[in-house]
Amino acid sequence: MNNLKSGTSDALTRTASTQLIWLGLAATIGFAMLMGLLYWVSSLTGSHTTTLNAIDAESGTVTLLLRTEPPQLDSTRATDSVSISVLGHVMEGLLRFDENNQLAPGVAERWEIREDGATFWLRPDARWSDGVPVTAHDFVFAWRTAISPATASEYAFILYPVKNGESINSGNLPVEALGVRAVNNQTLEVEFEQPLAYFEELVAFSTYHPIREDFYHSREGRYGADVDDLLYNGPFEMTLWVHGAHVRLEKNPDYWGRERIRLNVIDMPYFTTDATSALNLFKDGKVAVVDYLGAEQLNEVLQQRWQLKRFGDGSVWFLAFNFSPDRITSNWHLRKALQLVTDPSELVNRVIKLPGNLPGESLFPVWLQGVNTFFRQEHPVPKIELNLEAAREHLEIAMEELGLDNPPSIALLVDDSPGAAKQAEYFQNLYGSQLGLDIRIDRQIFKQRLAKMQNQDFDLAVYGWGPDFADPLTFGELFASWNPNNNGRFNNTEYDESVRLAQSSLNPQTRMEAFARQQEILIEEVALIPNYERGRVYITDRRLQGVVRRAVGPDPDYTNAFISSD
Amino acid sequence: MYSYTLKRLFQGLITIWFIATATFVAMHSVPGDPLINERGVNEEIRRNLEERYGLDRPVLEQYLIYMSNMAKGDFGISFTQQNRSVNDIIREHFPVSATLGILAIVFAGIGGVLWGALTALYRNRLPDVIIMFLVILGISVPSFVIAAIGQLALVSLNGLVGFSVLPVAGWGTVLHMLVPSLVLGLGTMAFLTRLMRSSMLEIISADFVRTAYSKGLPPTRIFMKHQLRNAILPVITVLGPAIAAITTGGFVVELVFAIPGLGRFFVQAVQQLDYTVIMGTTVFYGAFLVFMVIAVDLIYGFVDPRVRLE
Repeated sequence: MNNLKSGTSDALTRTASTQLIWLGLAATIGFAMLMGLLYWVSSLTGSHTTTLNAIDAESGTVTLLLRTEPPQLDSTRATDSVSISVLGHVMEGLLRFDENNQLAPGVAERWEIREDGATFWLRPDARWSDGVPVTAHDFVFAWRTAISPATASEYAFILYPVKNGESINSGNLPVEALGVRAVNNQTLEVEFEQPLAYFEELVAFSTYHPIREDFYHSREGRYGADVDDLLYNGPFEMTLWVHGAHVRLEKNPDYWGRERIRLNVIDMPYFTTDATSALNLFKDGKVAVVDYLGAEQLNEVLQQRWQLKRFGDGSVWFLAFNFSPDRITSNWHLRKALQLVTDPSELVNRVIKLPGNLPGESLFPVWLQGVNTFFRQEHPVPKIELNLEAAREHLEIAMEELGLDNPPSIALLVDDSPGAAKQAEYFQNLYGSQLGLDIRIDRQIFKQRLAKMQNQDFDLAVYGWGPDFADPLTFGELFASWNPNNNGRFNNTEYDESVRLAQSSLNPQTRMEAFARQQEILIEEVALIPNYERGRVYITDRRLQGVVRRAVGPDPDYTNAFISSD
Repeated sequence: MYSYTLKRLFQGLITIWFIATATFVAMHSVPGDPLINERGVNEEIRRNLEERYGLDRPVLEQYLIYMSNMAKGDFGISFTQQNRSVNDIIREHFPVSATLGILAIVFAGIGGVLWGALTALYRNRLPDVIIMFLVILGISVPSFVIAAIGQLALVSLNGLVGFSVLPVAGWGTVLHMLVPSLVLGLGTMAFLTRLMRSSMLEIISADFVRTAYSKGLPPTRIFMKHQLRNAILPVITVLGPAIAAITTGGFVVELVFAIPGLGRFFVQAVQQLDYTVIMGTTVFYGAFLVFMVIAVDLIYGFVDPRVRLE
């Protein structure tokens, strides 16, 4: 524009700017109209719902956040914690967990557990959400469906204690052979595979929930896929399920124990795994609970003086070894050397740095019940003193036995989560600096880590195990030689016998002693190096009371929650 | 014109077939097993699962079955959401991503043109310096940071006012759309601003603009008819790929603002090796991109009569 007179140029700039401003205004109005139009178009296809604040005392509504969409709500196939938590609100098994986390009568009014089986007497006022009574036949159908190999349920094994369960699941017997039958509408008769001490724990699990046969078949393979593809018999019923966006549970007016239930609506209109977003929603008064807080969110919580709550999620995390003979980790001295330099409290306090986690000492976590009190109080873990000198001696012997001149290289398998990476680097540094071992970190996506573990393609692995029922056996049997989840192929005859005893004995004393022996063997043999018992920190709106957290069963549980007036 | 359109559509179909094949091959060569889970299952169950998803057949046969189903418009059943078809997932979640994407691209397009024109007019003067500084920020700051800052700003705004002016996250009302779409469009707007500015600067000193001045045309007409309209052409060219990038790249924004768009399913499927969802969403997005590019090329012919579509 140099060739133009500056006066003309300025005049152009001014008129053009004015025009641009007008264009901008027009565009803003156009944008707003476009938003309205898109909203109108989308309202033609989907339903729109209004959301309330975190706590709405007037309507008895509490608004919450879900981390992920429940993949589906067919109880025979549900495996993830979100599905199990939702199912815990809308379904009820023979037994349920009450507000004190104790087993309480559910659909079954009373029951009797014998050595060879059990009988459950169902309450006559238990009803499905369409008004039809819940009968013993509904349990027979659900259990047969879950155990059938055609269903391919990942949790079918939880039904193995029922007679012929495992044979049916492996395709050797028809589903009708399952040891469960309806004597009449109100009486359910169960036969055991072998004497069983913890069956009451099992029947509260979601895989044991009832399903009504005629309804299941009427959905033509879509049972549990949508809000209309389910019948409910729990304290709440689902009234809205917009996939990926919104789940709403409302108090079930037909529930037999409706007087107990104090919340009217549990609304979950936000799905995100992003903890910062969750915290922002909490700050804005939109959600009443934020779970899975990370170390990054703690500062904010402390600044705002929100009350931080913690609970153990029940899982135990440890370094697993590969015991295959061709792996160096099958050498006891090598494992012993690692054990003698590993301090779980350092890992918890300096690497994980999140309140609620406990340093791991044993495969059996602290919360398990023994005969009279906690198992770990009755049978304390043999203490291991850190000893660098001894560790180096053990390493020397190991190298001699393995015929190595230099400290060996070890593959440490972890998944690709940020937490796992930090831990892996900690171990790499620890074993490198103390023992001169070369730890190669093998980071894999979740599914590939599992595949490598199940194919014994690792030396060491960062591994966690969550309980399926509240009995030490859920941990103890993990190292039994026949267990498909015993990925390192730990094989110890005395240990196996001890697990068999614990499985079949009905005497609590005998069983707990068996678990204590297992605990000893695992430490003597260095079958694992315990890292931590995982904890979680969360915050709740102070008006929301009676939320139950638990390691086993539906968690979190809002069925007994209520809004306090203050 | 018609034969050109048909030719482009045919080329598009070949591209989609290529995308599908490449995705299929890549997916099957990625390590990991889609059917594996934390609780080990027995062989009978494993066999049943493989049969349900057709993984028991040879890979070539799987490929042929998949292609013929895809030609019929059936993407199969999701591995992780065992009762939902991939078609349902796309049908339910793509409109959300599309709504967000349309708003973002309109915002980015209009904003880019206006700011770009303004900076060119005020070249090397204060408005230009300030806006171009912001543009550099907009281009270089990743979307997850912008999303987090945007959300934090909302929380602070609501806290300051004392009630919820705009929702912090979620989906379902008009107000839910505003901030996420602005956040999503911001990066593209910055990019388009720069593009518009350089294109505008070129036009300003072009011969036909000088001719217009010497003819004595009024400045309003010169600006609108001669400068803006000609400078806008490069912006339209990149609009096609930008639409696809915005619509498919909404994952982070969808996560932060808890929006049920398709982007989340797309990313989660890859993490979980959900074969059918990976294939379905990739092919769908691939087709979307291809047709957006074709559509923009056709529109180009209307905007600029010099371009002949043959």
